[in-house]
Amino acid sequence: MTRLSLRPPDSLAPWILPVALLVGWEFAADSGLIAARVLPAPSAVARAFWQTWQDGSLVQNVAVSAGRALQGLLIGGLLGLALGIVNGLWRPAEVALDSSLQMLRNIPHLAIIPLVILWFGIGEEAKIFLVSIGVLFPVYINTYHGVRTIDPALVEMARVYGLGPLALFWRVILPGALPSIFVGLRYGLGIMWLTLIVAETISASSGIGYMTMNAREFLQTDVVLLGIIIYALLGKFSDVIIKLFERAALAWHPSYARPIEAHA
Amino acid sequence: MSSQAQLFQDASFASSQQLRAPDIEEARTASSARSGLAIELRSVSKAFGPREVLKGLDLTIRPGEFVVVVGRSGGGKSTLLRLVAGLERPSAGAIAIDNQPVAGLQGAARMMFQDARLLPWQSVIANVGIARGPEWRARALEALAAVGLADRANDWPRILSGGQRQRVALARALVSRPSVLLLDEPFGALDALTRVEMHRLLESLWREYGFTALLITHDVAEAVALGDRVLALREGAIALDLPIPHKRQQRDASDAELAALQARVLAAV
Repeated sequence: MTRLSLRPPDSLAPWILPVALLVGWEFAADSGLIAARVLPAPSAVARAFWQTWQDGSLVQNVAVSAGRALQGLLIGGLLGLALGIVNGLWRPAEVALDSSLQMLRNIPHLAIIPLVILWFGIGEEAKIFLVSIGVLFPVYINTYHGVRTIDPALVEMARVYGLGPLALFWRVILPGALPSIFVGLRYGLGIMWLTLIVAETISASSGIGYMTMNAREFLQTDVVLLGIIIYALLGKFSDVIIKLFERAALAWHPSYARPIEAHA
Repeated sequence: MSSQAQLFQDASFASSQQLRAPDIEEARTASSARSGLAIELRSVSKAFGPREVLKGLDLTIRPGEFVVVVGRSGGGKSTLLRLVAGLERPSAGAIAIDNQPVAGLQGAARMMFQDARLLPWQSVIANVGIARGPEWRARALEALAAVGLADRANDWPRILSGGQRQRVALARALVSRPSVLLLDEPFGALDALTRVEMHRLLESLWREYGFTALLITHDVAEAVALGDRVLALREGAIALDLPIPHKRQQRDASDAELAALQARVLAAV
């Protein structure tokens, strides 16, 4: 009984280690054990947050970065989705495009940064282009796979019951491929942030990456650290959003089943 | 195409009278006088590469008749059904539903498969009303009520039992009031008790809706219990064409005569 009462509630358990680390870090930084230039105290990072929040630079930079990420995601994601569907459904397109896409996929997209800078300079296009390329392939491959692995028995049933090509696509093929498409989208989101961080760090005049590189020049380690934390939060935030979409769209799927309705 | 049509205009073919099935009259009087359509196969052959699955099959099924085809697996039963459904084309010969040559998928015919083939991402009612059309919800609900599953309309198919899923598939087949219902071993995967329930349900719906039923099975007892006529398919040809004269209410499994009929079918397969 006494042992039970000492146990913290389950919802708090995952937070014990991070909080302990934070407290230890704060203590080490305050006592001079860790130099502020190497790793500033959490309280310093919080102050940096407050300052950049108040002068508006944080909000503006986050908005710029998020805008780039979304535009790249939209362009690359839609292109990957369209290519995956067309190649999955239409044999001639698959023959013509798939092996080329597989070849391009194997080029690390960050390796073409010098080329992209030559093409677009260091403007917005360069970053959006890089993010689009990064997102395109995971979305393409998973969409293609999803469409190709639709149960042919269901397609046959739909034909017997008189579904036309459009109804077949919207009611059978797309919903059937959706779990796979979501996998591609989540992969794509990870690559989206990664690409953006690299692109903004190399060349930018706004955005979180620019903010951290700028802070590095003035030895503001606390702002650099803040930028890294913001990236982490943005990544987590986008993943949570996609998970919500996934739960709503795949409620029929056993893996996402919501136990809200009780059936006798 | 026109030569096929001509084939069915052929007087000798049209007049090939079939064995009378006693239950049809019985069914007609009980039904709301909705009629099934005749199915005719003439010299139908089907080969997959060098393997000939059906060899010159001749068969006439009268409107509203309940015909059961029994055969071993790989004996061409399913191929026969797929040909009538228009999912496959015969290598030779001609098939007609209501004297119209079968070319491509048949709007008048609906098919039930061995597995229910419900779309897992659509609710039960959306599955039943898969073809949509005007007022599909009301019609789908009506069909669901006919199979006794109106209360499960908004469930996911995943949470239904195997028998319930086949009942949903049956409702889906019936929602368009088909003139021909093709059934490809639809009860093969069900347990014995559920199967008997499904037999009763199918039979009562057949009486009510009056469609022509062509059912494929490897279960001789099922064939004799359900059919007006039982055909034994053996090596791609009809080895036996046996009318079942017993009234449906009197088809007791322990009946010696029925047991004898079952034995005859079994011997022919």
